[in-house]
Amino acid sequence: MAWENVIPNPPTQPVKAVMSERNLVKRSASSQALPAEPMTPVAKLIDVSKCIGCKACQVACLEWNDMREKIGINEGTYNNPEDLTPASFTVMRFTEWVNPESDNLEWLIRKDGCMHCSDPGCLKACPAPGAIVQYTNGIVDFVHENCIGCGYCVKGCPFNIPRISKVDHKAYKCTLCSDRVAVGQGPACQKACPTQAIVFGTKDDMKKWADGRIKDLKSRGYKNAGLYDPPGVNGTHVMYVLQHADKPEIYANLPRDPKISPIVEAWKGVTKYAGLASIGLFAAFGFLHYLVAGPNKVTREDEENAERLAGSK
Amino acid sequence: MAVQYDVEAGDGVHPGKPVTVDRYTAGARINHWITAVSLILLALSGMALFSPSLYFLTGLFGGGQWTRAIHPWIGVVLFFSFAGLFLRFWKANLWKREDGTWMAKIYDVLTGNEEKLPEVGKYNAGQKMVFWSMSALIIVLITSGIVIWEAYFGNFFSLTQQRVAVLVHAVAAVAAICVWIVHVYAAIWVQGTISAMTRGQVTGGWAWRHHRKWLRELVTPKR
Repeated sequence: MAWENVIPNPPTQPVKAVMSERNLVKRSASSQALPAEPMTPVAKLIDVSKCIGCKACQVACLEWNDMREKIGINEGTYNNPEDLTPASFTVMRFTEWVNPESDNLEWLIRKDGCMHCSDPGCLKACPAPGAIVQYTNGIVDFVHENCIGCGYCVKGCPFNIPRISKVDHKAYKCTLCSDRVAVGQGPACQKACPTQAIVFGTKDDMKKWADGRIKDLKSRGYKNAGLYDPPGVNGTHVMYVLQHADKPEIYANLPRDPKISPIVEAWKGVTKYAGLASIGLFAAFGFLHYLVAGPNKVTREDEENAERLAGSK
Repeated sequence: MAVQYDVEAGDGVHPGKPVTVDRYTAGARINHWITAVSLILLALSGMALFSPSLYFLTGLFGGGQWTRAIHPWIGVVLFFSFAGLFLRFWKANLWKREDGTWMAKIYDVLTGNEEKLPEVGKYNAGQKMVFWSMSALIIVLITSGIVIWEAYFGNFFSLTQQRVAVLVHAVAAVAAICVWIVHVYAAIWVQGTISAMTRGQVTGGWAWRHHRKWLRELVTPKR
């Protein structure tokens, strides 16, 4: 079919790394304008309909990032580990769903992890300068030497992705293998995926790829098949092809319309400015009051009255 | 004779020229200053994490990680320390009829026309409002603070609860800092006040001018 083999293979010769400080479009808790050198936006496309749940992506992720997961316990589901952890940046979430139209049991397997939002809530919430950065190609990355472990990114994230390590008190999540992407490779999970359920390329190419997949799914009866690229966060650089795009919730509670919580927006917006302004106003009022009214001094008369009252001899 | 409703333990009057009045015991003073130092450290470390423009304040605490780690513990110290102050001072801070009159004449308060104000007890209405608002804010701050104490309670609360808590914590902290500015400014503006919290004593003239009802109670022999 037309959508097959449109993704070029990664280079086999060493290439110069292309992602650097010069390519940052946003930097947490920093106000200076960044002279961002543009890069082509990239995206990882996860085709849920093609995922077989082998967890090769999880293994590749742990291996590439040199992380070790504790041996866990069976929680009664196929999810292993049960949730994202500071080491497991990606987790397959298994849902057994009975399609009410066909009465078929459908095994929905969604690879969860950072969505690399174009409007990243983590970055907005972060108080530490440069602990979270966004590159012009769309990758949102955590810079661990600047991270202070406050957990504000967890509150900012509309997808509940970052996890704080109990060991070094720093936040961890999928980097979209920024170190691999910088040298022209796709992320480790994509490399390991045996069914091409995970593909990686420019965002435009990934949308085209998704179109082909959606057409194919529709031709096979999945009339609501579609692309998950939520506009509430200005789109994401990790996208899903869903068989039932009209019901994202059935995929282990994938949010229907994710956006940065209005509470977080209020906290990082009006509260910050109104808060600092009120503190300034109170201090300024005190200062001005002192200039106008002067000190409130005890008079000689007050002391004499007190002496009379106390019966001083 | 009026009931001595707002004389606290350790208050006393020493006739002489000038008259000296015991206002705060050594215990109350130590308690106050532990609270004061904690509050200032909390404000500095909290402001550092509140606004990126004040992030440089983390340098005072040994960097961002240290600031994040130490801030909640100082909060725990403040909570228990303030609880001590609360137990010492709550009774004399109960709202009285003259407090409403005093508040209604706030213009005379600010212009220093004390002869137009009603006689007040150990605390005037302004001090009482500082006391009660701090009490309420500190309860809000410790509660919301625990919800966002990532190192120990990160898994105990839902994300929505954490988001609400972080906003409430910020708003309450700003309010507490404003109350603190009022408190400190009043102590500077009303001269002769600071010795109450350093040496524990004020002059009779100070008590006559600002807390005449309290002074009258002190000179009345106890029955």
